[in-house]
Amino acid sequence: MIYRECGVFKTSYAADMALYRAPLAKFAVAAVAVFCAVIVPLGTNDHLLSLANLVGIAVVGAIGLNILTGFTGQISIGHGAFMAVGGYTAAILSARYGMPFWVGLIAGGALAAVVGAGFGMPSLRIKGLYLAIATLAAQFIIEWAINHITWISGGVQSTIYVPRPTLGGVPLNSELRKYYMILAVAAAGYVFAMNLVRSRVGRAFMAIRDRDVAAEIIGVNIFAYKLLAFAISSFYAGVAGALFTYYLEIANYEQFTITVSVQYLAMIIIGGLGSVLGSVFGAIFITLLPIVLRWVVEGIWGLFAPPTSAMLDVLANLRLIVFGGLVIFFLILEPDGLYRLWRHVKDYFRVWPFAY
Amino acid sequence: MEFFLELLVNGLLVGMMYALVALSFVLIYKATSVINFAQGELVMFGGFIAAAMLTHYGLPLAIALPAALGLMISFGFTLERGMLRPLIGRPVIAIIMATVGLASILRGLAPMIWGAATKDVPLPLPVRPLVLFDLFISPLNLAAAAASLVFLAGFGYFFKKTRTGIAMRAVADDQQAAMSMGIKVGSIFALTWGIAGLVSAIGGVIWGNFLGVDTHLALVGLKVFPVVILGGLDSVLGAILGGLIVGAVENVSAGFIDPYVGGGTKDFIPYVLMIITLMIRPSGFFGREIIERV
Repeated sequence: MIYRECGVFKTSYAADMALYRAPLAKFAVAAVAVFCAVIVPLGTNDHLLSLANLVGIAVVGAIGLNILTGFTGQISIGHGAFMAVGGYTAAILSARYGMPFWVGLIAGGALAAVVGAGFGMPSLRIKGLYLAIATLAAQFIIEWAINHITWISGGVQSTIYVPRPTLGGVPLNSELRKYYMILAVAAAGYVFAMNLVRSRVGRAFMAIRDRDVAAEIIGVNIFAYKLLAFAISSFYAGVAGALFTYYLEIANYEQFTITVSVQYLAMIIIGGLGSVLGSVFGAIFITLLPIVLRWVVEGIWGLFAPPTSAMLDVLANLRLIVFGGLVIFFLILEPDGLYRLWRHVKDYFRVWPFAY
Repeated sequence: MEFFLELLVNGLLVGMMYALVALSFVLIYKATSVINFAQGELVMFGGFIAAAMLTHYGLPLAIALPAALGLMISFGFTLERGMLRPLIGRPVIAIIMATVGLASILRGLAPMIWGAATKDVPLPLPVRPLVLFDLFISPLNLAAAAASLVFLAGFGYFFKKTRTGIAMRAVADDQQAAMSMGIKVGSIFALTWGIAGLVSAIGGVIWGNFLGVDTHLALVGLKVFPVVILGGLDSVLGAILGGLIVGAVENVSAGFIDPYVGGGTKDFIPYVLMIITLMIRPSGFFGREIIERV
């Protein structure tokens, strides 16, 4: 049963639409599931688990942005702000009204979806760079609203402390328990996105991305689908923001600034635009980049001198340079991102050990 | 009333300084249809270079200023060659993200080379405000407004009358048609980025003198978007007008609203203005409307 198809031999539409193209895929999915659910929690310490948690949250956000930008072709620079909507909604519901965390998650996502669809309204008339700028405005307006409306921000430093989430009486108080909470949400988000993009809705999104005027002519209701894309994408963003808030047990707008929006854009570009798996790769890559960079800089610096605050300055600047450099590098040399590299690897092993 | 007038006049003068930054942005968009999210960072980089020349290396203004301008022009050329040319013909998001990446690099590079401390760009201008009809006006703002006007007139002439300027407009209109008429599109692009580097350097000197040079100077770039959307992305005159409107509106509204909400109005009002413009008239006051065909 462990083989991969070496060509296109599909004889029915059902086969063409299948999630598992070959039996091997089922094993691969099972292996990934076991790895995520058993091996990662058992084989790591709290520090690595906290990284895994950050990756998981980023995965949810990145998939959401990829649905909007990668599949529907609508650029959004306000993703961080939509995350903030979800995060603060969850924080307010839990801290002031004592709601359980799953209500906060869903309500955060829902409110973010409403706000996102609202800011997506101009997308009927404007597109491309104009839309990018309009979503940039969303970022600043939402940030301002959170900071200056005391009912939302809670006053002091725009920070709301959130009670520790519990699930069925079990407090999610350790990295490990939070890991399972985040893993469950991320997995659900991944499965939903995989199915969404091969559905009627997903095909409509891609038609709009490829040529919106043509899509309209073949009968796609552009406005409805663009708003839907904004709503779904913002729902993901809101859930990611709420997850982040419950994870940190604090809601603070500094976790949702324009830098965050740009990081999410970088994730989907480096991971691969228009690919759900690519969003996961990108989320892992961008989340771990500063940590790996820190190891490298500390290692090299350590050869010559003890670590000082000067090293931290260099590190902070170097992080920006490497981040920007990688984005440009991928854009110029590998526009389809890590997902494309993964495809190359897969294609190589497809007929291995034969040449073709 | 006097309070209002003072806010208005100062807002208009700051608006001229916005217009100067927006000019560089519009120039790049007009000729190469690249939307430059690194405009603020280019201004910041120009400011850093000028500040380093003047204070760090202690050069006199007469040498430092041309040197800074020259450096930024060659920097513009390099950017076009190294980064933008490989991206010609790629989707909008690729170009936007490339300039966002550039912004990140410049933000890290400048403090790495010259240090993160805030630097001065000393200019031989009187510090004491001038008093005109009971209004206090800073000489720097006046000088900046004058510089913007000079550039506006210069570019107006350049685009309407000179051979190169007309070639630039042709490239902006239709790259393929321009190419077939014998215009070297590549050199036009390079020239555009060179000029943008020049304008950014002047913006950097003026804004650097106004605010001091550190990485926060790059935030000026964020105001560029409301300015150019209001004026129309591809209009030089629109950049000036948009700058004036944004400067005036933000200053007046900040003066009246800030006491009630505790600050921050300046960062927020221009964007509201911009969203409204986008809803009503996406191509701005002077921008060209785009008609789409399949």
